[in-house]
Amino acid sequence: MSTQLAISTPAAPPSYEVPKFVRFSSLAIVIVAMVAFPIVFSNPTVTTIGVFAIIFLVAVTGWNIFSGYSGYIALGHAVFFGIGQYATAMLASYWNITPGWQTFLLIPVSMVLAGLAAIPIGFLLLRVRKHTFIVLTIALMFIFQLFAYNFRSWTGGSQGLEMTPPSWSGDIFNMPFYYVGLGLSAIALVTSWIVRRSKFGLGLLAIRDDEDRARSLGIKTTQTKLIAFVISATFLGAAGALYAPFVGSVYPQFSFDPAFDLSLAVMAFTGGLGTLLGPSLGALIIASAQQYFLLTFGGANVFLIVYGILFILILRLLPGGVVPALSMQWRSYIVRRERRRLEAEPASAQETVAKP
Amino acid sequence: MLIAQAVLEGILVGGFYALMAAGLTLVFGVMDIVNFAIGALIVLGAYLSYAINIHLHLDPFVSLFITTPLMTVLGVAIYWFLIKPIKTDRVVMSLLTMFAVATLIEGVLDLTFNSGFVQIHASYINNSMKIGGLNFPLVYVLSFLLSAFLLGLLYLVTYRTKFGRSLRASMQNPVAARLVGINTDKVSAITLGIGIGLAAIGGMIFGTTNAFNASSSYDLISRLLVIVILGGFGSVGGALVSAIFMLVIEDVVAVVWTPVWGSTVFYTILIVVLLVRPQGLFGKKGVRAQ
Repeated sequence: MSTQLAISTPAAPPSYEVPKFVRFSSLAIVIVAMVAFPIVFSNPTVTTIGVFAIIFLVAVTGWNIFSGYSGYIALGHAVFFGIGQYATAMLASYWNITPGWQTFLLIPVSMVLAGLAAIPIGFLLLRVRKHTFIVLTIALMFIFQLFAYNFRSWTGGSQGLEMTPPSWSGDIFNMPFYYVGLGLSAIALVTSWIVRRSKFGLGLLAIRDDEDRARSLGIKTTQTKLIAFVISATFLGAAGALYAPFVGSVYPQFSFDPAFDLSLAVMAFTGGLGTLLGPSLGALIIASAQQYFLLTFGGANVFLIVYGILFILILRLLPGGVVPALSMQWRSYIVRRERRRLEAEPASAQETVAKP
Repeated sequence: MLIAQAVLEGILVGGFYALMAAGLTLVFGVMDIVNFAIGALIVLGAYLSYAINIHLHLDPFVSLFITTPLMTVLGVAIYWFLIKPIKTDRVVMSLLTMFAVATLIEGVLDLTFNSGFVQIHASYINNSMKIGGLNFPLVYVLSFLLSAFLLGLLYLVTYRTKFGRSLRASMQNPVAARLVGINTDKVSAITLGIGIGLAAIGGMIFGTTNAFNASSSYDLISRLLVIVILGGFGSVGGALVSAIFMLVIEDVVAVVWTPVWGSTVFYTILIVVLLVRPQGLFGKKGVRAQ
């Protein structure tokens, strides 16, 4: 049996990895395409869609660092998105920041604030698991929405806060937002990649697979989850800090929006939960579609119907998401290719196998 | 007196929430499904009763004889076509599927009825009776009685029938239930049917006591989830107690302090309780504390 195995497997086992030059060249193509996008399609309507897609790209990559890798599906990350928005709007008026490039300086401040807020919140939430965790995150999101409504003197209550948009002219208005967003998403993706490859990230993946066993193997589960939670919150804060000046106003029901949380989950599931690039792909597809439908049909209802049907289909047909499905295809292609190569090889190897 | 009135209204409205939460927790207990669409389904029930009331001029309580069977069938269909095919990671996948259903329903309702607020109307809707200085709004009393009756019926079905025994067996241990010959798929389908049929009745109650539109579902679902989690997922008794408790607290806070903070207290209680008992007030210790 053992000799048979040794012979039928080639000396070097087939590598499932995509060849290096393919990976690097496709990465380069994607980067060039993302950078060139607003220059090629300079129509403001198109670039607006681009900016929204980029903001969601930052947010969902951040979300995936916690929820994707640890398996804890958080449906309350709008809390940090909202904190980023309110922090930006409040600080901009408090520090008298002239609308323009200076506004972007508030992004790191919002990231820090969102991260700080995530420490007690995460400590509270991570006491529970599974469905209780999911529901608790939703409840927490509503608590923050109520705070935003009720602390009128700071948040303006239901009237919200206004942000004066920068005075850039209409046809280049979207450009700074797009490129700052692109930079942020690059940072988010690199962070996600580092986490994924680190020992810390392995701890998170172990928690996703079996938390009790991970704990018994010596992973400090609560600490690991909390750190991932804080990291992911900072990127949501960054997305919020980019969103508020772009939209120009902050309202409780749009800053702390249950639909936002669920969009993040839908995007991640579409692309592939817990993969590095899947959620980003999902964000680009779904956020663009969302904006396109809003612009085409005006009201949100047709979009909701399409969204619902699309989501049901994705869950039914591609339960793992697009990226895992593609990687399965790639693996089976490699296996088929290996098999063909073995069959074509000189009969000597096969003779040995055939001998009893 | 104001506080007594607030407690009374809390109990009367709590009956409706208790009924809905019971449906939610039963569905969860039998098949590990967080029925995230319950909010949208309640609003769907409300709109169905509303449409029947407008076009066929039927009393909202009579319209239940049409809407409840319809929505029960819908529930069975949802189980058969959407939930049953889910193979892995049931809790999360079913939650997301039910969310997709909720989005779909919300979109359809918004498209059909526009987003203006409506309320189901009947001639007796604003009547009320006074007993010992307390004001009993008639609709609230009727809906409370209906909820109490249905909860009693639910109890009888669960504890006194053969189906109820299969249902409880599936809740305790689905694998063992299958081994002794219970068709758990059938039990699950019927349970989801019951849960969603109850949403039709709940919708009628909600629609007569509140003005609603297609996006009222978010408020409903968040409250119901809080109630179910507080009571302990899968515990029907816990759902009843915490529904009444929460609604009374909210109404009392609204009277003695300010309505603005009423719902915040609602959510804060949940967080405080979960800090002490992560499994909820009456929950089994399935979800381990860290």
